[in-house]
Amino acid sequence: MNTILILEQMLNGLQFGLMLFLLAAGLTLVFGIMDMINLAHGSLYMVGAYLIATIAQATGSFWLGLGFGIVGATVFGMLLEMTVLRRLYQRDHVSQVLGTFAILLMCNEGVRMIWGSQPLSLNPPAALSGPVELVTGFYYPAYRLFIIGVGLLVAGLLYLLIAHTRVGMQVRAGAANREMAMAMGTNVQRLFTAVFGVGAALCAVAGGMLGPLLAVQVGMGESILILAFVVIVIGGIGSIRGALLGALLVGIVDTAGRTLIPPSLGYLVGPEAASSAGPAVASILIYVLMAAVLFFKPRGLFPTHG
Amino acid sequence: MQTTYESSAPSLLDHSLQLRWSLPVLALLAALPLLASLAGDTFYVGLATRVLIFALAATSLNLILGFGGLVSFGHAAFVGVGAYTIAILMQGGVVSAWAAWPIAMLVSAAAALLIGWVSLRTQGVYFIMITLAFAQMLYYLVVSLKAYGGEDGMPLAGRSSVGAGIDLGNDTQFYYATLAILVAAIVLITRLLNARFGHVLQAIRENEVRMTAIGFPVFRYKLVAFVLAGALAGLAGALLANQGSFVSPALMQWSQSGMLMIMVILGGVGHLYGGVLGAIVFLLLEEFLSHYTIHWQLGLGAVLLGVVLLAPNGLTSLFRRKGAAT
Repeated sequence: MNTILILEQMLNGLQFGLMLFLLAAGLTLVFGIMDMINLAHGSLYMVGAYLIATIAQATGSFWLGLGFGIVGATVFGMLLEMTVLRRLYQRDHVSQVLGTFAILLMCNEGVRMIWGSQPLSLNPPAALSGPVELVTGFYYPAYRLFIIGVGLLVAGLLYLLIAHTRVGMQVRAGAANREMAMAMGTNVQRLFTAVFGVGAALCAVAGGMLGPLLAVQVGMGESILILAFVVIVIGGIGSIRGALLGALLVGIVDTAGRTLIPPSLGYLVGPEAASSAGPAVASILIYVLMAAVLFFKPRGLFPTHG
Repeated sequence: MQTTYESSAPSLLDHSLQLRWSLPVLALLAALPLLASLAGDTFYVGLATRVLIFALAATSLNLILGFGGLVSFGHAAFVGVGAYTIAILMQGGVVSAWAAWPIAMLVSAAAALLIGWVSLRTQGVYFIMITLAFAQMLYYLVVSLKAYGGEDGMPLAGRSSVGAGIDLGNDTQFYYATLAILVAAIVLITRLLNARFGHVLQAIRENEVRMTAIGFPVFRYKLVAFVLAGALAGLAGALLANQGSFVSPALMQWSQSGMLMIMVILGGVGHLYGGVLGAIVFLLLEEFLSHYTIHWQLGLGAVLLGVVLLAPNGLTSLFRRKGAAT
């Protein structure tokens, strides 16, 4: 256990946390403004990653794939909102769960029909494939640094959009009190479609960034969706600030847990038991974190409503 | 006050067993093994048993989701705890159903007591998520239990024994045992819902603030309902472990909790037979579509979406609407 390892794990945690934030930001806005549980949010992530991987393979350029994939996922998300999800806003959470679960099933199967069950590979751009020496003797993959940069950039842009523009003001007003925002003349329907488009675009960015690190495959959306839900619940639903803090917390706790718990368990119960139980115990950690947060702050760290 | 309460006609909060059509269905279910053997295909007895077990699990979820308004997203955890209790007891040499099944219910109830005690402090979406969090913790706990199979699960030596000439190893007899347990559970739940406890529970669902103001110990009522539902789910888990003679962490995955929720919503939240109808329709649809095409999930998704958009209160509401029209 040395400083370089800890530094590396912190950076990994930051990188994972920022990507979680991209997913959680869209989810928390949809949740906070439209009061809608969207289980299909992970499907947007999956569709985005598939589009990017396909276009990148066809054109041979990661950047073209990323650009067109994001546009494609945005259009897909807005179409989904206009055709189906719009009808679910007024319904209770239970119906929304059933409806969006149905969409999730259909997206998974649709992707499997188009692309098959084999995972796609997405290569990072050649310029970013090597390592970078950050401190003397400490090399870190350039692509992961790039992800951190993109994550910070998008988070900054999102902050500007939400905090300093008219649309952002309407979004915040919608999250705080939907009826009042409508009464004050916000075109809620258009706003909802726009928010959904932004959410889908953020999903696609995350999908494209994580694609080269994780596999692009059917079902990739579900496991990360649960983490994104954990993030927004920790942060407080509807709060972008909460989503960022929650995402970084979850990202770092999860990454650090996976590296630090198995060896420290080794001291307690012996290396053999630790290597088998370690990963599972590390997976539990973020749920313990969430349960602890909700125990002390039942509405998350930054409650928006009331 | 108690006397007027008793003598009044069935209130909105009372639920009838609807014997007029539930008895014929029960008769049909009872005759099913006979029909299957006449048709020469006993595969359907196993499928029907599975449906009935999930009907029990979904009904137990409906008790808290439908009648208590508690949207628990971690119900499969209790099913899994019940199943693993059976498996671990069997490995330890306890094969009697009379001992193992009640212990499975008790262990699940204890888990529900602990989880409910923390979770019920939260409301709404936060409750959904914290129940999910606890279920995930139990899932990973089971995955880490290498002595009991870890990620791969573990096979059971066989089915539990009950004595008295009944052999649960026989699929038909196991089917009847499951059917009997399901019927008993539904009758008990009906009695519970029509009793004072059930009325208070449903009133809390309708207006929790008012019930608190009147002076009901709302938290305690919700917790008792949560524990009861957990115990019943544990029983369903015990049956599930017996049927497949195999337990694995997959039983407790969050998608399983989601599936139980889908069954209840599909059938009808807060309808006595919502869980049963939902389990039957969901599992038969899955079975039918997967025979027909490998892309059955697409069809299942389309049907579920259709139900949400066209039958907002689940399939049982369709019957009710028809009944009201005539």
